Formats: sequence, structure tokens, C-alpha cells
Amino acid sequence: MSALPKPATTLADDVLVVDGLRKDYGGTTVVDGLSFAIRRGTCYALLGPNGAGKTTTLRCCLGLTEPDAGEIVLVGEPVPRRARRARIRVGVVPQMDNLDPDFTVTENLVVYGRYFGLTDAEVLARVPGLLEFANLAHKKDSRIGELSGGMKRRLTLARALVNDPDLIFMDEPTTGLDPQARHVIWERLKQLLARGKTILLTTHFMDEAERLATRLAVIDHGCKIAEGSPRELIRAHIEPHVIEVYGDGAFAWAERDGRQLADRLEVSGETAFCYTSEPARLLQSLEHAASLRYLHRPANLEDVFLKLTGREMRDEA
Amino acid sequence: MSAALPAASGRTSRWALPRVSARFVPVWRRNYLVWRKLFLERLLTNVIEPLLTIVAFGYGLGSLLPEVEGVSYLQFLASGAIAMSVMYSAKFESLWGAFSRMHVQKTWDAILHTPLAVDDLLLGEIFWAASKATFTALCILVMIWVLDIAREPMSLLVLPAAFFIALVFSAMALIVNAVARSYDLLSNYFTVVVMPLVFLSGVYFPLTQLPPWLRGAAQWLPMTAAVDLVRPLALGRMPEHLMRDVLLLAVCGVLCYYVALVLTRRRLLK
Repeated sequence: MSALPKPATTLADDVLVVDGLRKDYGGTTVVDGLSFAIRRGTCYALLGPNGAGKTTTLRCCLGLTEPDAGEIVLVGEPVPRRARRARIRVGVVPQMDNLDPDFTVTENLVVYGRYFGLTDAEVLARVPGLLEFANLAHKKDSRIGELSGGMKRRLTLARALVNDPDLIFMDEPTTGLDPQARHVIWERLKQLLARGKTILLTTHFMDEAERLATRLAVIDHGCKIAEGSPRELIRAHIEPHVIEVYGDGAFAWAERDGRQLADRLEVSGETAFCYTSEPARLLQSLEHAASLRYLHRPANLEDVFLKLTGREMRDEA
Repeated sequence: MSAALPAASGRTSRWALPRVSARFVPVWRRNYLVWRKLFLERLLTNVIEPLLTIVAFGYGLGSLLPEVEGVSYLQFLASGAIAMSVMYSAKFESLWGAFSRMHVQKTWDAILHTPLAVDDLLLGEIFWAASKATFTALCILVMIWVLDIAREPMSLLVLPAAFFIALVFSAMALIVNAVARSYDLLSNYFTVVVMPLVFLSGVYFPLTQLPPWLRGAAQWLPMTAAVDLVRPLALGRMPEHLMRDVLLLAVCGVLCYYVALVLTRRRLLK
């Protein structure tokens, strides 16, 4: 609704446009020609194993890391040149909580609001709404040390909203939280989307991406290797049915029957993963193998991810 | 088609000249709020340390010594101790304080996610350290008045001088902060560099006592200029080399701020 002129450099509906982003560190290319755009009011997820370049991409988008090549337009401002101006309309939930431990919950919000040029009165007027959203109204005068991990995360989320941003960056927002706390965060993020906010999410949790992301990009070694809605990606890359077979003799069964009957077979550790569009004959074969246990389920994003990025461990990063 | 950025833009922006504005004020206010909360616990250290110096050396040792530069040793030392405490206070805040905000608590990361830049952040830190050091100077000044070591109206000018001096030493300390990997470097810098230089700067004895070659070098130390400014003001006189001292400190401060800025950008904006 603002009277600011719409810049010509971006489509009006794209809150963030990244084009050909590249970043090298000492001869190693961490982000390698990455391009994507985020439509207003949607959640876009960058999905990738550790060291895929997700955090570096976020830092470039915020103007904290200077790219070696590429163009970024964040809320209509070219980054890094006018990153400072762009950040006025962006909120950030970092991977690690960095709340001020000496302050109360309310003081954390007021002090952070000042960095955006907001007066204390302006922030104090927003505090009740923010704390209600974060479900922390009863903790408004508590010190940070008295909060649980989930509460700290929720306060960090509330802090990222103190400037009423258009776009919220979330770097692995639920890493280290218990299942209850994760569900609360997800539910809050959905509320934000319903209010028309835009979210850029990095995660390596498939269920998180599948639940929240309107669109997502799978990135590995700094490249985008697939992009689409979670459903599109599953449909495009994976057979619809997965049968996981484990137990004594799973390996022998897989070699004998699995390989023939499945469209595609992957063995990882003790488990054989059979991907197929015709599960009936596989299930029939498994009925006769009493020592085997199996799980028949629809294909999900994790299957896509593992197919695209491989099953080996990623310890770098 | 992606357009290439101008070559090596990351390097050039790191060397960009400081953009100074009032945006640093919220950083100052953040540190002030922490200080206010811990005020009473910390007040004692502000007073006790300089009091010990003055009592032990000034009264104890001073009673055995003749006059120094025309004043009693107690007056000589107490006035020099103001400059020393101001520098210590600024250094502490910009070494241990800044390092814990930057590296341990990650407060600086949080701030850099807002419209503030490293330029504002460091300026806020420097002005904060100077404010805190000025408060330390006030504590000692009051002590000097109360103990009747000196009571000159002009000694109030010590306060702006202290603020100015602390800006310089804070900026200098932020250079060390920018390259420190752990608290160890901070302690080493303090014991190996800062404390020896204090002995060469005329706090405890006049520079005329130094061998000529060392005296020549000591004259150019920022800490010497600081003592040169504060001591006469505390005793009610105008500094002899006012312009020279102010200029030396100003140049040193601006250079240190710029170097600290470049190094901190290199560290945080990788």
C-alpha cells in the first residue's frame, strides 16, 4: 500500500529474485550459478544436505556476503548495493538463537526494534500482538535464561516480525527442537503465510519442506538440481509406491525377487527400498517370505531427495 | 542471463570508507541498558582499583618521595591514574565486552540482520566504551575531590578529555578484537602490549627519568598524549601541548577506527 514507486528491476509479485548467484571461497565454489524467484505470499524452501550452500545463499541475499557473480533483487532493491534499505522490510530467524541474555523478553523486542529505526512506543504497541503470536504473553518479563528451547525459538520468530517485514528468512528454524515445539513453529509459519507474508526457508527436514513449502529447490554442491512444488517433484522424480523391506534375508530376497519386480531398487544398510508403480506383485512375493518385515507407503519428498543427492553421509559444512 | 558484477567487488567494499551516521545510537543504547542493569555490581570495580593505586602508591610510596614536576607525588600519580583508568576501561569494554558480543553471544550477527552496517556497529561500540570510561573518570575525579588531592573547577574538563581519549583506545582495541580467535589473544595483548606501554607513558614517573632513546619514542605514544592532556587539567592547568596531543590522538583514533572497520568487515562479511 506504500507510495514508494515500484522498481522496474523485478516483477511486482516476486519478493526475491536470485539470478546466476555464484560464491567461491578460496577456490572452492560453494554456490554455483543458483537462480530462483519467490512469489509474494508463498513459502519457498531451499532443501539440501549439509554444505550444499544454503546458508551462504541466505547471506548473499541479505547483503552480508558479497557474491562473485549474479544478481539479487530483494523486496525491489538490488543487493548488495542497497541491502541496508532492503533489510528494513525483511525479518531473519537465524540458525542459532542470538537473543540478548541480559534482557527480558519484552526488552529483547524493544531493543531490536530500535535497530529498524522504530521508537520504543511503536514497538511497545506491537509487543502484545507479537507475544500472543509467539505464545509468550505470560513470559513478557522473564529473562532469556528462563525460557525453554522452543520458547527461545518462538521469541526469535517474534523478534524477526518486529519490523512487520514482507519477507522472512528462516535458516533451519526447527533444528534441535522436540516434536511438539516443531509443530508449534510450523503452525505459526502457516499463520504468517495466511496473513500474506512471504517465507524463505532452508531446511534438511523433508517433512518440514513438504508441509510448508509452496515451491522448493533441491540444491547440492551449490547447484539447483530440481525445483517445483513438493507434489510435482515427487511425481516427476519418483515412482508413486515405496516398499521398504528389512529383516533376515532381505538382501537375498531383494537380489532374487525385488530386483525383478520393482521398477527401481536401492539397498541401504539393512533395508531394501523398492520403488514401483505396480506394488501388487511385490506384496504378493513378500507374503511368502515369513522372515521379512516390510513397510508399504506412498513416495515422499525424502525419496526424491535421496535419489537426487545420494545416500552417502555429508560431514562437511 | 546473469550479469556479472564488477570484478572483485567483495574486496573493494571491504576497503570502503566509513559511512558515519546516527544509526549507531541504538547500539549504544543496547550496551547502556545492559550496563544499567549491572550497575551496582560493577560500581565497586570502578572505584576500588584506582583507589588502591592512589592509596598504596600515592600515600604510601609518595610520602617517601620529593615533589615531581612541581606537585606532590600523590597529586602527580592521582592525576595520571585518571588517564590510565580511562584507557583501561575503554580497552576492557572493547576487548572482553565486544568480543563476547561478537563471538560468544552473537549479538553482532543479530544486529547485522537489521538495516545497520558494521560501520554503525563499531561506532556504537566505540561511543559506548568512551561513555563508560568517562564515568570511570568521574568516579576518580570525585575521589580526588573528596580526598582533597586537588579541587580545581577546571578539573571538570577532564571529563570531555576522557571521552575523547577513550574513543581512541576503544578503536585501537577493536582492531585486536577483529583478529582474535579466543580470549587468549585479548589477555596477551593486554599484558604484553598495553601494560608495558603504561609504564612508558608518564603515569607513574615523568618521562625525563627514561633514557633519552626511549624517551624519544615514548613521546609519540598515544597514552603519553593522554596523560599529557589529563594530568594538568585534573590539577587545574591547561595542557602544555594541547594541539599536538589532540592532533596525535585524533589521527590515531581515525586510523584505528578505519583499520578495525576493514578487519571486522573481513571477519563478519565473508
